[in-house]
Amino acid sequence: MEKFSTHTGVGVPLRQSNVDTDQIIPAVYLKRITRTGFEDALFAAWRKDPAFILNQEPFSAGSVLVAGPDFGTGSSREHAVWALKDYGFKAVLSSRFADIFRGNSGKQGLLAAEVAQDDIELIWKVLENAPGTEVTVDLGSKTVMCGNVVAPFEIDDYTRWRLLEGLDDIGLTLQHEEDITAYEATRPAFKPKTLPARLS
Amino acid sequence: MAKTLAEKVWDAHVVRKGDGEGANAQPDLLYIDLHLVHEVTSPQAFEGLRLAGRPLRRPDLTIATEDHNTPTLDIDKPIADLTSRTQIQTLRNNCKEFGVRLHSLGDAEQGIVHVVGPQLGLTQPGMTVVCGDSHTSTHGAFGALAMGIGTSEVEHVMATQTLSLKPFKTMAINVEGTLRPGVSAKDIILAVIAKIGTGGGQGYVLEYRGSAIRALSMEARMTICNMSIEAGARAGLVAPDQTTYDYMYGRPHAPQGAEWDAAVEYWNTLRSDDEATFDVEVDLDADTLEPFVTWGTNPGQGVSLSAKVPSPEDFGDENAKAAAERALQYMGLEAGTPMKEIRVDTVFLGSCTNSRMEDLRAAADIIRGRTKDPNIRMLVVPGSARVRLEAEAEGLDKVFKDFGAEWRFAGCSMCLGMNPDQLEVGERCASTSNRNFEGRQGKGGRTHLVSPVVAAATAVRGTLSSPSDLDPAPESAAVRSSAA
Repeated sequence: MEKFSTHTGVGVPLRQSNVDTDQIIPAVYLKRITRTGFEDALFAAWRKDPAFILNQEPFSAGSVLVAGPDFGTGSSREHAVWALKDYGFKAVLSSRFADIFRGNSGKQGLLAAEVAQDDIELIWKVLENAPGTEVTVDLGSKTVMCGNVVAPFEIDDYTRWRLLEGLDDIGLTLQHEEDITAYEATRPAFKPKTLPARLS
Repeated sequence: MAKTLAEKVWDAHVVRKGDGEGANAQPDLLYIDLHLVHEVTSPQAFEGLRLAGRPLRRPDLTIATEDHNTPTLDIDKPIADLTSRTQIQTLRNNCKEFGVRLHSLGDAEQGIVHVVGPQLGLTQPGMTVVCGDSHTSTHGAFGALAMGIGTSEVEHVMATQTLSLKPFKTMAINVEGTLRPGVSAKDIILAVIAKIGTGGGQGYVLEYRGSAIRALSMEARMTICNMSIEAGARAGLVAPDQTTYDYMYGRPHAPQGAEWDAAVEYWNTLRSDDEATFDVEVDLDADTLEPFVTWGTNPGQGVSLSAKVPSPEDFGDENAKAAAERALQYMGLEAGTPMKEIRVDTVFLGSCTNSRMEDLRAAADIIRGRTKDPNIRMLVVPGSARVRLEAEAEGLDKVFKDFGAEWRFAGCSMCLGMNPDQLEVGERCASTSNRNFEGRQGKGGRTHLVSPVVAAATAVRGTLSSPSDLDPAPESAAVRSSAA
């Protein structure tokens, strides 16, 4: 995973709450077996509407999505994060993220920054009054800046550390393989195994 | 120290406590007892293992099935959609390469992953269960800590059989009282979601408690836990009890003999201590609950079936108001319309929420001897090949077919628009599934989430209906069997 410290790019105001992962990427695009190439699938249904924000200049070149509360609800599909990243988004700001989406973002180096809804409203106004305004997201100081708005954001310290260092989760865990093996030795015998298969 | 059920299960699985405290706390490393795999969220994880040269650590704690992408007709023929066929074939190749047990299309144990696990007895109290699917919360019905994960986490579990997890907060959902005839588990969970909102459970594990929950069957408890994610909670659970043990006993992978006794002794400790405190408690009155239905495009936008379509003006919050306006427009509904006057085109009985034997029996009891509204298309999709076989042994297939419904093979089907079962643009569906998002059941499709008995009554009348709207009214025995 690439290190993430700070990013500056065009902000995209998405004035909607409950943007679920079926909107971020409809299920029909989940049939692929690759991890890249999902840019065309991002907001696929909404992008057919010429009035949709990403169909307008200069927002089409945006890299910081500023969304309403409860972003990323619904399905666990990590494809939602891949699609946002493949399109070019580096960060999403919302006052509340769905847990699984937030976790998936952290694994993939997409910054999910929790910003108070009052500050989101201020950023929306700046971006709508002066389209193309850039948003800076600074992970070191946990601050977002846009026009004259400077606001703090929340992210858990562990995810922040991993993003700043660009660390691979599996590698980190395998450093503790002895602990895993020791735990396995204590598991009760009645816990089920899938193999050998027992059938009805 | 007194603990809640979720905390007990958590603590029993800590491989390594996270360093640090408070805001600097690192996540705990938790052992995973069961990893369920399907074709959609696994290919990139298997590929990750391959690229890193890592083995899959515990094939004997992993099981795969095909469900999301599979057709529910002509299952003996090659899958027509080439990308779907490739994805299924990729799962088959991966399972072979990594030694994972797979139940493929056509196999008697194939079906929706969350129906298959419990039916094989692989889901047991006190376990940690994960799957690259958000409805993994279903397995919480057994008192397991079960949650959906993304593909990176799928790969992590494959490689390490563990997950790094930040501790959850706990929320008690207390449901006291007795459900009235025609009111079921689906109505409880839809009412919970409407009450706490689609974000209300974020960061929490929900524990469903109270006399109304204790009275529910296992399959009904699965319906409730299944939709915890629709309230924003990654996991929801119910303490195991005799109902749980009776359901599990004798299933293929349930413990046997002395191991069964040892297991039950442990399972009996799996309940929240009397002195344990929850971070939040929510109360719901089962006595006054009515059949529930959604009107909008998120599962929190629901009302009693006897109510009217709300107006955006009913919502104080500006975001909720805007969301309601947008939802009404998408759904093609006018504020103030009685829900029961809404005519639907399709009725879908299926999905990991409501596709088990009890769901099928409850719906069959409503429609038996009645005629389907001629303009309604009804799909009945058993959750697994095994459920389909059992239903046929009871003659339920004949009840549905005589009624004019389509009797399909097992799979996720019309719950999500990624297999041939989809709604057309503007088509309106009463669905026993779990998500009414825009386009969820097919581009431009309109979804009303309902219980199996409401789905059945709707198929008779053509408009959203409760069993009590039928003439003659169903025998009370039939409606009471609608515990699912």
